[in-house]
This record gives sequence, C-alpha cells and structure tokens, in this order.
Amino acid sequence: MSAPAPATLDEVCAVAMAEAFRGDGEILCNPIGTTPIIGGRLARATFEPDMVMTDAVSVLAANVLPVGDDDAPRLVEAWMPYRDVFDVVWSGRRHVVMGASQIDASGNQNLAAIGDWRQPKAQLLGLRGAPGNLVNHVTSYWVPNHSTRSFVPTVDVVSGPGYDRVAGLSAFIRDNHEIRRVVSNLGVFDFANDERRMQVVSVHPGVTVDEVVEATGFELLVPDEVPESRLPTDEELRLIREVIDPHGLRRAEFR
Amino acid sequence: MVPPVARYRFLFLTVRQDRRRGLASPTIGGVPDKLMTEDEVVAELASGMTIGIGGWGSRRKPMSLVRAIARSSLTDLTIVAYGGPDIGLLCATGRVSKVVYGFVSLDTIPLEPHFRVARQTGAVDFAEFDEGAFYLGLLAAAHRVPFYPTRAGLGSDMLTMNPDLRTVASPYPDADGHHEEFVAIPAFDIDVSLIHMNRADAGGNGQFLGPDLYFDDLFAKAARRTFMSCEKVVPTEELLDEGTFHTLKIPRLFVDGVVEAPRGAHFTECPPDYGRDEAFQREYAATAKDPGAWAAFRERYVDAPGHEAYLAAVDARGGSGT
Repeated sequence: MSAPAPATLDEVCAVAMAEAFRGDGEILCNPIGTTPIIGGRLARATFEPDMVMTDAVSVLAANVLPVGDDDAPRLVEAWMPYRDVFDVVWSGRRHVVMGASQIDASGNQNLAAIGDWRQPKAQLLGLRGAPGNLVNHVTSYWVPNHSTRSFVPTVDVVSGPGYDRVAGLSAFIRDNHEIRRVVSNLGVFDFANDERRMQVVSVHPGVTVDEVVEATGFELLVPDEVPESRLPTDEELRLIREVIDPHGLRRAEFR
Repeated sequence: MVPPVARYRFLFLTVRQDRRRGLASPTIGGVPDKLMTEDEVVAELASGMTIGIGGWGSRRKPMSLVRAIARSSLTDLTIVAYGGPDIGLLCATGRVSKVVYGFVSLDTIPLEPHFRVARQTGAVDFAEFDEGAFYLGLLAAAHRVPFYPTRAGLGSDMLTMNPDLRTVASPYPDADGHHEEFVAIPAFDIDVSLIHMNRADAGGNGQFLGPDLYFDDLFAKAARRTFMSCEKVVPTEELLDEGTFHTLKIPRLFVDGVVEAPRGAHFTECPPDYGRDEAFQREYAATAKDPGAWAAFRERYVDAPGHEAYLAAVDARGGSGT
C-alpha cells in the first residue's frame, strides 16, 4: 500500500479537534461546524468508540456518517429531538464544540453581537445555547480565522462565560465548567494552569509561536517548549478522506 | 402481569380492530368543529398582543397565518419564538414592537437577515434567552408556575441583556450547607399561540409526522388560546393512518381553531410532506439588502390576498417548487 499524500492544514485541525474528545467516554459528542464534526466523528471512529453522536437532525446514529450527506443511511440508536438535547445538556453528559466570533484570555466567548448589544453594529448568531452549555458540561471552541479581531482583550458580549466569570459562582458550576480546548487555524490552546489563562498547547506545522502571539490580541501564556500539533496517522487520513469527508467539505473553512 | 411491550401491541390491535368494526365512525361521541380561515384567526387578534409561534428556525412554521398577520393592520405585537422567517417577516412588515427569542435563524442561512436589520437599526425591542432557558419560560407558562430555575445565564451576559431577570436561592441546602443561586426564568405571558401540524382533525387534535415536534405542544399549552394550521384536515378515524398514536401530541384541549393550509409552512420545511424551498428562501433573504426587491417581494407574496393566491404566485414563479 502506498503512503497517503501528506496531511494538509484542514486535516491537522480535524485531528486537533478529535483530540479534544480523548478520554470522554460515553457522552454526547456534539461538535458544531464542519471541522469540529469531522474531528468528533474521527475520534468516535478511532479512540473514543463509546461516544454517541447525532445525525444533525433528530436521531443518534450508531454508525459514523459522512459530513454533509443528508441521505447517508443511519444506524438509528435513539430519537433525540431538540427538547431531549436540553435534557442531555443539563445532565452534564455532553461535550460541545462551538464557534467564537470573539474569545478572550479567560475563554469568554462571543457569538452574539459586535458593538453595543442594545443596537449592535453587527447582530451575530446570539447567545444560542452557550450560557447553559458552559455551566453544565465540557466545551471546546473552533476558531478558523485566528487574528486580533477574534482573539481579543475583551469580548463585546459574553455568550459562553470563561474562567474569570465563573470563579465566583457555585461549586456545582465551577465543578462542571471546563473549556477543554480552543483549536484555531494556527494552533491548539487550553487553560490548564493555575491562573486559568489561555496558553499555547501546540502550533500547527509551518506556524511559528511568534506568528501566533502576533495574531492574538491579548497576552498568551507561552511555555518554554511549544511542540508542533500532531500529524494525522495514515489510518486517520484514510478515515477523513474516504469515510468522513469524501467530498472535501473541510477545505471550505480554509479558503 | 402482561409485560409492557405486549400491552402496547394489544393496544395497537385494539385500535385497528375497533376501526374495522366501524366504532371510530361515531354516532355517539366525536369532536367539535373548530375549522376556520386564516383571516378569521387574525380577526381574533388585537394590536399589542403577545403571540407565540411554534416551529424552529426555518422549520414547520405556520407561514400562512404569519402572512395573514403581516398583511393585517395589527401593530405593537410581541412575538415569542424559536425564530425563523416568522420573526423576520413580521419585523419587516412593521407588525412587531418586541421579539422574545432563543435564536432567529433560517438554518441554511445562519442569521435571519430581516431580523438582523431590525436589530441593527433598533427597530424592535428584544429579549434574548439561552435556548434552554427559553424552553423553561414556555414550560413555566404551560404549568402555570411563575418561573423555573436554571443555571443557564449565570456568568454570561444573558442577565445583563435582560435586566428584569431575577435570581432565586434554593430553599434546600446542598451537601456543604450552601443555598445555591439560580436564574428564575419567568413564565412567558402568551395571549395566542400559532402552530402548524402535518395533520389535524376538525376538533383540533394535531399530528406531527416529521422528525421533531419542537416545542409546539408547549406553545399550545402556554398560551391563553391556540390556533393551529395543518397540511390536511382528516376525519378523526384516519389520524392513525399515517402515524402511531405517539405522533398525536396536540390534543384538542389546547386548540381553539383549526385552519387547513396545504403547503402552509412554505417556504420553511414540513417533512415528510415537503422540504424547505431553498431557492425561495434565498430570494426572501436577499430582499433584506434591497428595498426595491423587498417592496416587490412584499407586494407579490406577502400581500397576496390569501393562501391560495400566495401558492399561485409561488407556482407562477417557477424554478423552485416544493
């Protein structure tokens, strides 16, 4: 068997997204957006086989589905209408990946509006489910356009609260709030330090730490040694290219 | 004891046998006749009312009723919804002074463009909730309690954006003796709800045949009065022809009027009867940036005198179809 073509950035990001789910076990893996969905399905197809995932409509499908294919046969294992998703949110057995139009050093996320929320310069998606997600279960973020416009000193509206915002809240919330990873087109970030501030976990191949610092509008914690984000294995590349995203939808976010 | 599965099977058999014997064509019993038209529903509404609208985003919205409101002279309405083109259309036609929502989206177009204009120009007042918190506002109204508690909103700007929201301490101490604080989501005060079902009988028993009921049953229970449109009105004895009794989630107890409106959810989706008319939705969305195009769209489709005239205009357009 010949070796597959080298991994491209979109595939590195999908694997970084998959890695966010490592260790989650039998929870609802609920990624939103093409790259997070590919990552979730990749994790499920490899090292997290017990996770459950929706078909993005109303059922849990026990088979790994290709992205963007509404007609793909589903191995239905449960009905999951929207109302039941909220029950899962409040049960805590969920790991969501959301986007972030803005995110700050404490992980506060804005999906809602740019400018004053009373009459915004730009109305965005809104609070959506972020306020409830963050105080109930694990959350990760996917930001495909890492820049000082998206990684900002202060977000205009807090949809999903970060570590500073929940520090004074109940023990229940502090125990259940976790921002596992932030994955961008430049690198991988987390908050696994005493200050609960965003730090660099890895930079993607071809990206320098200086470039990441330059593109970030707040002071990132940068460890002395920053590794490169791991490359997909040959099997992961096969799964991404042939099974999960045969039509290459993942490249749309990287144009 | 009969095991539960066997009991269910027995129940299905019983229903079928009863129908074969003709017991479901009642000479004794039956349902009331609540059939009415879109315009008769609008005649029951008044300016200043709070209207709940079922569906979700651009899915199974009671669009023939929404358009009937849009071309009425009603003003100062408050709309409560998991919003889609219902909110966009009613904002763009000037019927609305406030929207209460979990989100406003066209699904394949993530943000409703007419709603976006209304927010960015400050044309409407608004109350934005976490999607799950919104569910609790409906649930509290349906259960006639003043609020339900939730953690959703603590730490986020949901409380900043809704300064009237209050928190409440649990009367029960947790293991450490603390009385945890919750957001008290108030019951939504809804005068009238509008929902759209796949099938219904004349008495107001509604049936969904698609993948998700969304929160339509709660909208019906949360409001003082509910009007339900449907793709097709069928005799009560035919309600089990296309789905099991699990699909009969809207009992007539909570419905005051029934409107037969084939393709009544157009251009939103209404599976299995039809999918979303994406080409039409794109045309609708594009009018938010072009006053001339909006005026033409409004005249041709929104102001079409009745649902039949609307469908004729849609069909004359060609190129899309449902």
